[in-house]
This record gives sequence, C-alpha cells and structure tokens, in this order.
Amino acid sequence: MKKVYSRIESITGNVITVRAEDVQYGELAQVSTRFGISLAEVIRLADDEVSLQVFAGGRGISTGDEVRFLGHPMQVSFTDSLQGRIFNGAGEPRDKGPELSENLIPIGGPSVNPANRIIPREMIRTGIPMIDLFNTLVKSQKLPIFSVSGEPYNPLLARIAMQAEVDLIILGGMGLKYDDYLFFKDTLEQGGALSKTIMFVHTAADPVVECLMVPDISLAVAERFALKGKNVLVLLTDMTNFADAMKEIAITQEQVPSNRGYPGDLYSQLASRYEKAVDFSDAGSITILAVTTMPGDDVTHPVPDNTGYITEGQFYLKNGRIEPFGSLSRLKQQVNGKTRPDHRAIMDGMIKLYASYKDTLEKKAMGFQMSNWDAKLLKYGELFEQEMMDLSVNIPLEEALDKGWEILASCFDPQETGLRTELAEKYWPKARA
Amino acid sequence: MTKTNGSVTGVNGNMVTVRVEGAVSMNEVAYIETRGKRLKSEVIRIRGDLVQVQVFEMTKGIRVGDSVAFTGEMLAVELGPGLLGQIYDGLQNPLPEVAAKVGHFLEPGVYLEALPRDRVWDFTPAAKAGDKVRAADLLGTVPEGSFTHRIMVPFGFLGTYTVKSVAPAGSYKVTDRVAELQGEDGTVHPVTLMFQWPVKRAVTCYAERMKPVEPMVTHVRLIDTFFPVAKGGTYCIPGPFGAGKTVLQQITSRHADVDIVIVAACGERAGEVVETLKEFPELLDPHTGRSLMERTIIVCNTSSMPVASREASVYTAVTMAEYYRQMGLDVLLLADSTSRWAQAMREMSGRLEEIPGEEAFPAYLESVIASFYERAGIVRLGDGKTGSVTIGGTVSPAGGNFEEPVTQATLKVVGAFHGLSRERSDARKYPAIHPLESWSKYTGILSAEAVRYAHGVLARGAEVGQMMKVVGEEGTSLDDYVVYLKSEYLDAVYIQQNSFDPVDAAVSPERQKYTFSKVVGVLGSAFRFKDKDEARDWFYKLRQGFLDLNGSEWKSDRFAQVEKGLQSLIDDRATGLDPKAARILETLEK
Repeated sequence: MKKVYSRIESITGNVITVRAEDVQYGELAQVSTRFGISLAEVIRLADDEVSLQVFAGGRGISTGDEVRFLGHPMQVSFTDSLQGRIFNGAGEPRDKGPELSENLIPIGGPSVNPANRIIPREMIRTGIPMIDLFNTLVKSQKLPIFSVSGEPYNPLLARIAMQAEVDLIILGGMGLKYDDYLFFKDTLEQGGALSKTIMFVHTAADPVVECLMVPDISLAVAERFALKGKNVLVLLTDMTNFADAMKEIAITQEQVPSNRGYPGDLYSQLASRYEKAVDFSDAGSITILAVTTMPGDDVTHPVPDNTGYITEGQFYLKNGRIEPFGSLSRLKQQVNGKTRPDHRAIMDGMIKLYASYKDTLEKKAMGFQMSNWDAKLLKYGELFEQEMMDLSVNIPLEEALDKGWEILASCFDPQETGLRTELAEKYWPKARA
Repeated sequence: MTKTNGSVTGVNGNMVTVRVEGAVSMNEVAYIETRGKRLKSEVIRIRGDLVQVQVFEMTKGIRVGDSVAFTGEMLAVELGPGLLGQIYDGLQNPLPEVAAKVGHFLEPGVYLEALPRDRVWDFTPAAKAGDKVRAADLLGTVPEGSFTHRIMVPFGFLGTYTVKSVAPAGSYKVTDRVAELQGEDGTVHPVTLMFQWPVKRAVTCYAERMKPVEPMVTHVRLIDTFFPVAKGGTYCIPGPFGAGKTVLQQITSRHADVDIVIVAACGERAGEVVETLKEFPELLDPHTGRSLMERTIIVCNTSSMPVASREASVYTAVTMAEYYRQMGLDVLLLADSTSRWAQAMREMSGRLEEIPGEEAFPAYLESVIASFYERAGIVRLGDGKTGSVTIGGTVSPAGGNFEEPVTQATLKVVGAFHGLSRERSDARKYPAIHPLESWSKYTGILSAEAVRYAHGVLARGAEVGQMMKVVGEEGTSLDDYVVYLKSEYLDAVYIQQNSFDPVDAAVSPERQKYTFSKVVGVLGSAFRFKDKDEARDWFYKLRQGFLDLNGSEWKSDRFAQVEKGLQSLIDDRATGLDPKAARILETLEK
C-alpha cells in the first residue's frame, strides 16, 4: 500500500505541492477533500517536492487534506462495454452506468512510426454533398471545422456522427454547454447511433483540468479499437476550449506565454493529439474531425493558425453552410479519382461557375447591367446554394453528382460549363439535351 | 576520462535535473535509467553539481533518484557507406528497422544502429603504408549505389598521421578495420569504414570555402530564372499554411540538379513524409535512371514525435550533408520546417526559465539560425575537387505574417527569399512564390538585365492593375491596359508552372532560356489593337497557345507546330520591338 501524505505545502490555482518520495513523473494521486475525492496528476518533480494538478480544481482544498499516490499514470478502462457509455474528462461515468475498472490502458502514448503509415486511400461517406462531392473526407484524415461561435457546428458533427460509415464513434466534448451535451445525447439516441458511440464529455461547468484529459482519453480508446480492426471516427468539440484550458493552466504555473497568452508548445500539444489519426495497414483506422471556433472569425488567431499547419485541410463553416472557398480537404485527390469518372470534373466545374456567380453578384450589387450570361449564373448560384450547399441536403455521392448535372442542365448549355465533351455526352440529362 | 554518473533530482516536462559527481561536458549525451528503459538525453545546462538535460523521449515514469549514466560523448551520428536511401528519426534511428522490432508505435528507449552492420562493401584501397594523411584524406573507396563512396580519415583526427597499413581490396563490413594510422605521438589508431561525428559541430576539413556562383537548377522556372539559388547557397520559403511550402519542397527534392538530397521533415505532418517514403522508391532519377531513393536520405521527426529530438534532427541532417560534401558531391538539404525547430528551442528555453525575447523565443534564436545556415557552402577540398551543401528551409510564420522573429532572423542570413503568398495560392497560381516580394542575391541561368526587364513589366503591370481597381477598366488608357495584359501573360505562361503536368513539371535551363526569349519578344513588342476587348481576346488566345507549348515535349514535332502557330499570331499584330528588348534578345541568342 502506498504511503498517504497529509500535509500540502502550497496551493496555487489548481496546482498543489507535497513533499513525497518515490513518485513518478506523470503519476496519478487521489486527493481527499471535504468535498470528496479528486484525482491529481504529477506535473513537476524537484527533489522531494512534488507538484500535482488537481482535476477538481484547487478550490476548497485544505493544507491538511490527504494525498495518496496510485503508482500509475492516468489510465482508462478499455473494454467492449465502453460502447454506448458516457464519461467525464476524468473517465468517470456521467450516465448512470457502472464504473469500469477492468483492462486499464495508459493515455497519451507514443506516436505511430511514420515508416509504418500508409497513403490514405478510402473515402468516408457522410451524405453531405459539400463534403462527399467537393471536399471528400478520407479515412485517417484529420480535419478541423473552422467556425465562428454561433454557427451550427455541433448539429453538423452530430449529423456526421449518425451518417458516417464507420464502426465506432468517439465524441470528446470540451467545455460543452450542458444543452449541447444533452443535444448530442438525444440526437444520437434518437438516431439509434448511441450504441456505437462512446462519449467523453467535459462541460463548461466542470473543472478545467478535466478538459485537458478529454482528447487524450478519447484518442487512447480510439487507438485500441483501431488496433482491433475498427474504423473509428473521433469527433472533438471544441479544440479552442482545449487550447484555452492549456493557456489557463500554463499562466497559473507562471510559464512564459508566447502568442496572445498561449503557451509556447501549443503547436506540439495540438499536433500530438491530431497526429493520432492513422490508418493501420493491418488493422483499423482513426479519423479525426474537430471543431475549432475562431474568435472574431480570425483565421490568424493562434489556435486556428496552429491547427491549420497540423491538419490536412479544413471545413470552413459560415452562415450555416460549408463554404466552398475556404474549405479544403488535402487528401481528396487520393480518393476522388476512384469514385465516378465525372467526380473531379463536376467538383472543379461547379466551383468555377460558383466563383463566377459570386463575381456576378458583386457586379449586380454595384448596379452594373446584367447580361444574358449573368442571368444564367444568378439562376445557377441560387440553385447551387439551395440544392448543394444547404446543410439539410442529405444524399449519397452518386445522387449528388446526378443532381449536379441536373442543376447545370437547367441553367446552361453543355459547352458553356467548360466540362469535357465526352463527360457531358455521357452524363448530361437526356431530356433537356 | 572515467564515466560520470548521477541521479535524477527533478523533472519538468522533457527537462530533467540531475545531481552529478565528477566532470560533465556541455551537450554530452546521458542515459536516464528508469524502469528497465534507457532514455537518451543531452546536457543543456550545468550549474555546480546540478546538470539539466533535455530528454529525447517522453518523460512519464521517471522518478527522483533514477540513475543517470553520462557517456562523455556529444550527440553524434554514424557516417559511412549505407546512409543513402535510409529513413531516420532525428537521432538517426532507422525507422523501418525500429518498426520491425517494436511494431506500430515509437516506444521510448529503443535505439538502433544507423548503418546496417551485416551488409558488406567492396573496398578498394587508395592509400598505402607510409603515406602521410590528415583528417578527411582518402584511404579507399567503396561503391554505394551510383556513387563512389570515399572512405576518409575520420574528421576528428587532428594533425598528421602516417598510414601504417591498409587492408587489401575485398569485402568488409562497416565495423571491419580497413586501415591503421599512426599519430605523431606513436599511438596507432584503427580505422573502420564508418566513424562518428558530433552533430552540432560543423565539418571544416576543406582547403577553402568559396563564393557560391554556379546556379543550382531546380527546374522550376520562377526559381531558376527570377530567384535563383546557387550551389552552396541558402534560401528560405516562408508562407502561411496551405500556400504550398511542402509541395514546393517535394518538387525540388525530385528535380533539383544535385547529387544527393537530404530531406529533414522537422515537426511537420507525418502524412506528407509518408508520400515521400512511398513514392520515391518508385520514381526514377532522370540523371542516373535509378530510383530516386538511392540519392535521398530522409530524416523525419514529425510533429508528434518528441520535441528535443526535433531540435536535433536538423543537425543530424546537415552533418550527413557535410559528410557527402567531403566526397566532392553536391548535396541539397531541405528542412521543413525551421519554425518547428525554432519552436522546439523555445519550449526548452521556457523550461530553463531563460529571459524570453520576442514572442517568447530565446534571445539566441538569431545566432542559432545563422550558424545553422552557415553550414551551407561550396568548398574546395584537399584534393582540389569541390563539393557543396545547399540549404533550403521552409518557415511557417504564425498567421502568415513575415514580421515574426523566425522569418526575420532567417532573412538576415539567407541568399534567396521565396515568399509564398496566400493570395496567389488562393487564386491557384502555383508555385505561389510572390514574384514582386521575393528576392535572390545569386546569379541565375539568365543575365541580370534580361530578368530585370521582365520583372519591370511585371511591376508596372501590377501598378496598372491596382489603378484599375480604383478607376475601372474604362478609366485606363489602352497602352496601360496592354502593359497590364503583358504582365498577366508573363505570369500565366512563365511564372506559373503546372507541377502535375508531366512535361511542364520540370523545365530544363536550355528550354527556360528559349521560352524566356519568346516571352521577352512579346513583352518588348508594340501591338496594333483597335480597343481593349480586341487586346484582351488576342492575349487570351496567345496565352492559351503558350500553355499548349508549355505542355508539349521539348523539340518535338508538336512543339514546333504550336510554336509556328504562335509566331504567326504574334507577327499578325506586332508593329515593332523596343530597342532594350531587342538588345536582350540578342544577348539571349548568344
């Protein structure tokens, strides 16, 4: 049995120090306060002085409270009975189910050997044309959803969770509003996807340290399922809250801030989470979709900026739609050549025309005369926004491609679209040709 | 010197404090023994008997009191035959072998030998007993791929040595003794095919360092013509995310006209390295017809791998580059991205509680960046041959703002600046190097006058373009409008290059000169146009024709045919040539 220490030397913010021996870096401890027992993690060793970060926060801890070291780092139980369950950031049940303690695995493990990675090759279908058709999501991709607060990013995540063709969904919520947590729970329950979902949710009211644990716990569990051959989709919302939690803790620990108060290792911290996305050549895969809210719609803010350097593209959510211009899936070229012969042509062609529509819209706003061609573009742009961009549109890729041809045919002649003749001959809707 | 031992007294992130008894040297390697694992680390600060080391692994699990063994050696790499084609991490661990040993994950504490120990090499002696030799002098050779790999006197041998014996021609392993050298004090040193060299010390075994003048051809028009890089020079590519830094590096690593390419993937996405890893073995080097991998070494320390070894990885890469330079070869080192390397320094500096400079980067940032780029250079070796190391580093400035410390510190020391612009990459104008903001201090494949002329048209065209945004097309004179069209045309057909087109992806210097003179012919000509619409239509037609030309095989029938069509299109409207342009054309034809 490990020794119990009953004298806390100092308490600053969420960090306490005790004098103790034979403690590992990264080890967990239990702190018993009069409000109950909380976990704490060793974040610094200096001779016999051990600094611990208390998950439940420093409020109300007394210098006479007991600290008991557990002899192991942060762990999470990994069993099949995780599926359909909801936990908090410390790995404790948030639903009314039993606590799980068998087959504990460490979190935040080492990185995958780059030599063992493979080039991504399979698309994940979501039923959202702006993703499937224009910026295809690829298995093992890491993609953030850049969004201004107030945009429907959580409903979008919930929809992808319900529709994506994956074996398992892990939802990591950080600083979620309680309403949003309930929304996810209800939506997944009603959609019947809860049984293949595991949720690790930290709500805005929970202690900030637990927020830091959510990505690591979610990804550690995802990694094990992937090694067992499952294709796992990890949804993280919202990574800006995660970064803000890091900032808060770094500042209370008197670390020198680098950019707008964020710690200097923000990039490495984000990267070590995002880089968990992987496709194992002989097992399953992890795909990561993460919401990053951009304060003030500013893409140069440190969180979206560092994220952009790490991830393989981004979805840019604006005015309730996935914007075709700011969005990019860097991996789409790996898969969209294998779907249908017209996929790439429709993707490029429709976007080019949509860009022309935007120009026309500008011209119109400035009071210029509208030509015949402009009128066609205006009709096209409206149709495109209604039938493709609207997030409520829910059709498989093939139908979306057909719809694309239909929209084109209802506005233009084949040669006006700039699409190759042989494709137009094959796919142009016959009735109108 | 007896080995020093110590014990851990503190842990903070990847920095560990150790109490030692005995002598310790700065940057010495130490191993922390914890729970049956040996974690490699490097001394970064010494204060009395307390030593701070940065650990090249995750530090979870380390306890106060764990024992630490100091090796007495600085962080070093193995140099010898067998480096080419390898994929290393920042500490020169061969990643495929690590994967074969421990599986999918990079388990801490696994260190493998960098050079294959069981492979044999055909050694041909070049020195003979009695010869007087110095560091980096030739002892013999082994063939490595298409190169003759020189077996040299290890760089750390100071003074003059007498060759006591050299092994006869035959097959040897890297650890076999191939020579014995006797020092001035009489001690005999055995020499094997490989030796070690500390990564943070530049190799200086050369007769003299020369001025980089010969262009290093990248086969990218915009670089070779406008912003050239010289062999032995340095350049940097700063740019916001998504502007195409990595793609540009990949293109350069494929087409650059050098003997050996070393790619240091430093703190970037693993997925991008994977593309290089999987595609290079299948691509052929146009010069030798052999797999590109045979001339490439990849040092890869991606963003999720431990930060301290990210810091080491650029040094590992540049040391190997210097080693091959000593053989009289031209080596290109591509570091992607130096910002991640600088951030690794920043993290460590923060843990050491040093007084921070701008954006919390350490105050020594500039001098460290400068001394890294200064390891590039073209040198004359002891035997009269020349060898070069060219360094190209990408920079990932926060928010795409070039005013930040890493970009600024880099710009002070490099010879060429290829600034990528978000605006150009959003407009799908690749390579997205900004033609008006970038610069180069080297001379390229074309005369400075010719380049300045084209650049002038570009600058004037941009001015007209700015003006047109205010006064509209109707407020612009036809002459100005034609200048604008000319600059747009130059941009579209010469500056932009399609890296996915099999022909346009790599353009030879000869062809660049030829196309350039064609382009100058248009830029310098006056044309007869009725109005702006006519001018615009004509230039669109011209542009389309030129793009077809760019896509046609050099000197093929199709090339000649397209060219003929273009010429008649030009002759149809041209009314005379600017005398300056005529002079340039004359010099170009020479």
